[in-house]
Amino acid sequence: MTENENFEPTIIGFTCNWCSYRAADLAGIARVKYPPNVRLVRLMCSGRLDPTFVMKAFAEGADGVMITGCHPGECHYLEQNYKALRRYLLLRRTLVAMGIEAERLHLAWASAAEGIQLAREITEMVERIRSLGPLNWHLNGDQVQITSDTTAELEVAA
Amino acid sequence: MTKGNGGMPQEKIGVYVCHCGTNISAMVDVEDVAQWAADKLKHRGVVIARDYKFMCSSLGQELIEKDIKELGLTRVVVAACSPHLHEKTFRTACENAGLNPYLCELVSIREQVSWVHTDKVAATAKSKAVLSGGVERVLWHEPLEAMSVPIHPATLVVGGGIAGIQASLEIADAGHPVYLVERDPSIGGHMAQFDKTFPTLDCSACILTPKMVDAGVHPNITLMTWAEVENVDGYIGNFDVTVRQKARKVITDLCTGCGICVEKCPKKVLDDIYEAGLGYRKAVYTPFPQAVPNYPVMDLDNCIYFDTGKCKACEKFCPTEAIDFTQEDEIVEFEVGNIILATGYDLFDARKMSNYGYGRLKNVFSSLEFERMCNASGPTEGNIVLRDGVTTPKTVGIIHCVGSRDKNFNEYCSSICCMQSLKFAHVVDERTGAQVYNFYIDIRTPGKEYDEFYNRIVEEGTHFVRGKVAEVTNAARQPDEREKLIIQVEDTLIGKQRRIPVDMVILSAGLEPRHDAKDVAKLFGISCSADGWYIEKHPKLDPIATMTDGVYIAGCVQGPKDIPASVVQGAAAAARVLGKIQQGEMELEPIRASVIEEQCSGCRICNDLCPYNAILFHEETMVSEINAALCQGCGTCVAACPAGAITGTGFSNEQVLAQIEGLLMDVNI
Repeated sequence: MTENENFEPTIIGFTCNWCSYRAADLAGIARVKYPPNVRLVRLMCSGRLDPTFVMKAFAEGADGVMITGCHPGECHYLEQNYKALRRYLLLRRTLVAMGIEAERLHLAWASAAEGIQLAREITEMVERIRSLGPLNWHLNGDQVQITSDTTAELEVAA
Repeated sequence: MTKGNGGMPQEKIGVYVCHCGTNISAMVDVEDVAQWAADKLKHRGVVIARDYKFMCSSLGQELIEKDIKELGLTRVVVAACSPHLHEKTFRTACENAGLNPYLCELVSIREQVSWVHTDKVAATAKSKAVLSGGVERVLWHEPLEAMSVPIHPATLVVGGGIAGIQASLEIADAGHPVYLVERDPSIGGHMAQFDKTFPTLDCSACILTPKMVDAGVHPNITLMTWAEVENVDGYIGNFDVTVRQKARKVITDLCTGCGICVEKCPKKVLDDIYEAGLGYRKAVYTPFPQAVPNYPVMDLDNCIYFDTGKCKACEKFCPTEAIDFTQEDEIVEFEVGNIILATGYDLFDARKMSNYGYGRLKNVFSSLEFERMCNASGPTEGNIVLRDGVTTPKTVGIIHCVGSRDKNFNEYCSSICCMQSLKFAHVVDERTGAQVYNFYIDIRTPGKEYDEFYNRIVEEGTHFVRGKVAEVTNAARQPDEREKLIIQVEDTLIGKQRRIPVDMVILSAGLEPRHDAKDVAKLFGISCSADGWYIEKHPKLDPIATMTDGVYIAGCVQGPKDIPASVVQGAAAAARVLGKIQQGEMELEPIRASVIEEQCSGCRICNDLCPYNAILFHEETMVSEINAALCQGCGTCVAACPAGAITGTGFSNEQVLAQIEGLLMDVNI
């Protein structure tokens, strides 16, 4: 896919305040380089990741989304990363059902000491999404604006 | 999601872009970012955007303070370093100028942009996106107040080894009450089992027992041995602790510690804890003569009376009628403000390395067995002998790193084994004159006077063979190997395989987390590393605290360490606790979840998700409520609530969704 070579994907990365955000800090302190395509959002825990956040990122034009958190067994809040793992698996299925490649959503564990590993995960993610090409949600999907208001409506209806 | 337009009152946002010397400005066009924010984010409420050399400097902070006062800013966004570095700095600046500190947002364009990217155009564009995310997010910030909680002056110390004893004494000496809870019948821990301590070779008991006695008689220390913590509720400053005081079957108020019951008890039991399986104790016993407290405990599994219904020799002979066969476990409850965990380590079970023959070849000893053997009050009264109890070895092999630095067992270095092995080499040489071989991978002697000790042992004539031992076997190939243990090793300094026949092998076993470390971590709400050691708040700058406020760690529970390091950490944990007690009360970050009662459907999905049991369900009103003091702010319940009835301050849905919008403002959809 030659046209994808010039394509610069935009990726939203959700990070945990205690591990992966600190890994990102560490990557910076160690001057580890990775592509500028990723933009990070800090959450207190990967367990805070509301699936809506992922959908929102895709709806707003992200080509890929990364969820990062503490390694299993090392969650700052004991075991909330397992909840993130469950949501991630369900989200992947949901995305596929919606016609979006599962690879556009990626889960990576990174402890606060793993700056290099996180940078590598980001680099690989960017390459994966680059080869997939743009998501073009607005062309492929319905022009649904996902906001907290509409999700609240959906939930009330359900 | 967009806020601030339409009919809503416009916020006044100040944007500050830091050069950080050249740390940011070398890779990001900071002037352009600030100018862009002033122009393009004006409609979002940005009234002023500045760039400055060092925002964190007092002059930089004054810029913010001045603008808040003069321009009436209601929100502040700083694009600089990581919030973990300077969030507090800029929050304080806002507070100084009369703005609620939680109305400030710090976005990272240094760690996440300038330091990790190489293309200035892309880095500048990303900085703008990151800044835009911060601006959208800050619009949804709410003024918050830190919560203040009182600190109860009492402290729970779990584990009565040297680290726990040190911590208890420091706090008690400062005049505050301590509950020291120990699982075994006596405090003292592993150190009480040792004969000598490296590198000074002073007698372990001589330096430890005075501290044990101090802890035992201290008016501010409530010593609870033969007891275990069953439950912990609450949060920093206010923990409710439940301890099970196991039945000693001895009334401690009456017992004088005379030891007649022990003497008269007819049942001998192999002591596989204190004597490491080399010696015997009675069914009613104190683990060692200097035990603190000196009351015996009854071992119900081995007591003849509990087995057959007959005997009661101890009761008959006790001069103070202190034996009580009907005594039951007692549940004791008390309140503390802080907790120090000093539960120590387990020794690596050398049986797992079957190639070294421990448990199969009789003259292979574990390091703990050897410690007991050297000890003058131990099973052999300090004589170094083979398993037959009489033969003095003529050659001894000491194998380092057993279970440590080994991918099959533990990858970490147990840190004490080199020095311990050198100490063993010295003791063997001194007491038996035997030839000693030390088999090592690397010699690690980084402590004060440790390397000098190593040199001393080298000069004493101990042989050092560099190589990981492949096998210890009794299969002789040569006449001189008969009746011997043969150590098969590649001597990596000469590049040859060697077979060295010895009479005795000592395995310098590594340290492991306690077998129940994970359960204990869960009980106290802290986390373990993959190895099982407890995770400190920061590996360098805060190895004392844990991520759970009010719970501190000391000694080997955090990772393998020697006695001086354990003492240091015990004292440091005590200092931290004393600081908290001194404050009287402390402020908690107001990042908490709360339930909007009207929207709660009472489904209780959140109840089981909370790791801190902070969510309470009211049966009468059928709604859940979150205890703000117990909530640690992870936000799992916020994400899980199907009714969207839970909000999380600091990380609300609105804040995160707005930030995503802002971050992607330049993406064409």
